[in-house]
Amino acid sequence: MTDITYVRPSLVEARPAPRSTTGVLAWLQKNLFATPTDAVLTLFGALFLLWAVPPLVNFVFINAVGINGTVEECRVETAGACWAYVWSEMEFFIYGFYDMSELWRPNIVFALGAALLIPLLIPKVPFKRTNALLLLIVFPVISYYLLAGGVFGLKPMPTEKWGGLLVTLIISAVGIIVSFPLGIILALGRQSKMPVIKMLCIGFIELVRAVPLITILFMASIMLPLFMPQGTTVDKLLRALVGVTLFSAAYVAEIVRGGLQAIPRGQYEAAASLGLSYWKQMYFIILPQALKHVIPGIVNNAIALFKDTSLVYIVGMKDLLEAVKTKNDTALEWQSGNTATTGYLFAAAVFWMFCFSMSRYSMFMERRLNTGYKR
Amino acid sequence: MKKKLVTLTATAILGLTAVSAQAAILDDVKAKGYVQCGVTGGVPGFSAPDSNNVWTGIEVDFCRAMAAAVFNDAEAVRYTSLTSQERFTALSAGEVDVLSRTTTWTMSRDTQLGISFVGTMFYDGQGFMVRKADGIESALDLSGAAICIESGTTTELNAADYFAANGMEFNTVVFVDQDEVVKAYEDGRCDVYTTDSSALAAERSKFANPDDHIILPEIISKEPLGPVVRAGDTQWFNLARWTYFALLEAEELGVTSANVDEMLGSDNPAIKRLLGVEGDFGTPLGVTKDWAYQIIKTVGNYAESYERNVGPSTPIGLERGLNALWKDGGIQYAPPIR
Repeated sequence: MTDITYVRPSLVEARPAPRSTTGVLAWLQKNLFATPTDAVLTLFGALFLLWAVPPLVNFVFINAVGINGTVEECRVETAGACWAYVWSEMEFFIYGFYDMSELWRPNIVFALGAALLIPLLIPKVPFKRTNALLLLIVFPVISYYLLAGGVFGLKPMPTEKWGGLLVTLIISAVGIIVSFPLGIILALGRQSKMPVIKMLCIGFIELVRAVPLITILFMASIMLPLFMPQGTTVDKLLRALVGVTLFSAAYVAEIVRGGLQAIPRGQYEAAASLGLSYWKQMYFIILPQALKHVIPGIVNNAIALFKDTSLVYIVGMKDLLEAVKTKNDTALEWQSGNTATTGYLFAAAVFWMFCFSMSRYSMFMERRLNTGYKR
Repeated sequence: MKKKLVTLTATAILGLTAVSAQAAILDDVKAKGYVQCGVTGGVPGFSAPDSNNVWTGIEVDFCRAMAAAVFNDAEAVRYTSLTSQERFTALSAGEVDVLSRTTTWTMSRDTQLGISFVGTMFYDGQGFMVRKADGIESALDLSGAAICIESGTTTELNAADYFAANGMEFNTVVFVDQDEVVKAYEDGRCDVYTTDSSALAAERSKFANPDDHIILPEIISKEPLGPVVRAGDTQWFNLARWTYFALLEAEELGVTSANVDEMLGSDNPAIKRLLGVEGDFGTPLGVTKDWAYQIIKTVGNYAESYERNVGPSTPIGLERGLNALWKDGGIQYAPPIR
């Protein structure tokens, strides 16, 4: 008996996908040359990269003078970026006028801050509550005494001596962290049914938002001293901190209000019908939902604030950018054609690093919290 | 109503100023233990961070000299970096005790702002820089030359006045930003670059080949730069003024930080009076008898400070010029200490 089967016992061997859909060429066609417009744009893009990238790479890496170089090498006509200058002035860029012998103090603050912040950012690490308390309450106190000195035999370091990245980080960290709860309270106040609170919150928000940050800082540095009794001077750094924080709080308030308005009325009513008090309604029901919506806005504000800290040069503080600028102007022993450019490149790179990390982390948080809303 | 409000505010501000006039700055300074000194954000040679990130410069030296006179310790100074907009407010509000910040002494500032100029630490003035290869030797040869200039500054007005007064053709290339002006001159877009002569020297030192450029001898404007204190406190004003005179007097008498200890034994009565060996000129100022000795010992005399910060051996390379002592052809002159 012969085996006659009408059903194929084995699968047809899979054939490779058509040539036109695989391989480099197909990818190129699909992604870069799908339409004539795409093709033209691709060509322009490629030409732009060819025009821009090689000189940049040459300048930043290949022709650059390394960190151990000398100013003579930087002055050679064909030399690129003068990294030796950045390296030799690094202390000023990071700490400003802080005494060289006391640099271990800001270093400890940096290390402690990183050690407390990183575990807080990684969701898997336990003890979040303790960690947050340490970072938000204990750490600022320790940092202040460590940086300012004058206690436990530490040499006093007035804030006039603080500068560079240290000041940039202090102002942006305090601004971002303090303005967040302040902004939430202002946003809730703006929706309050109590007229006085409502008017005060609206008044504050609209006033601050109607004025540029530069004006607020200017007021703080030039007008404020005239109104104060003689002899009472408020620390310049503190003035900048208060100005930046209040400014940012007004913006956070409006962002949070956007989130509050996105919550359906039913949620408020449901919360109320559970018999929760106002603060419990907000804390357990409304804010968790509202804040989730506005993460991009809040991070956007944080990034903008981080960059805006450069404006404190108005009150004569030397943040990272101003420290770089000062050295560009005054470090005569490092003068060469590319010294200033290199300094600014360094500042840009540092700012980029911080802002980019913030934006990436916010995207990660959004993905983690967004489970119910994915579209 | 509005007018009334303005009047009230003005009275309030005046009231505050009047209060400030009565407080004795020297007592405050002694109580807090340091002199608060207002400086620039960074002008090489005048006040700028050195390679150890410590403030240095001829203006910084003045503050250090005051600290030496008050505390016998030139390091008892705290520096506040001030912008040009906020400097006078900071001084009159008491945020700084002395302002030593490339401030030009003018009549309106001296008489209208409630501040007093102590003296002229540095006689500056507007000058011209040209390329050596062009063979120009005097500003009077500049008729028709392309001049790089910053727009909207007194620099521009001064130059226009000078050219008009000498019947020369005024031909400018105008920029908004100082850095652009320098860049344009360096790139050869104009033949002449003009600004204050100290700034000219500082900019020249940044060029690839500073020796290819010369600064012409003519100075066409007066820019006396000096320290400033709040008006109304005669004691503090006198201390500031005589600190400045002591720096000059020490140079005139040949007393330097190196030889000041030997000079204590000098027979010259002027030196004896300066160093407090004979007579007591410190107590009326509110400081110790050897105040000038302390200044010279730690900061040096005027010449030392000048040479160290802006003199020919520094990258800035400014000759003494007007800033030489009166007996050396300059106009720095101190009244006698007696």
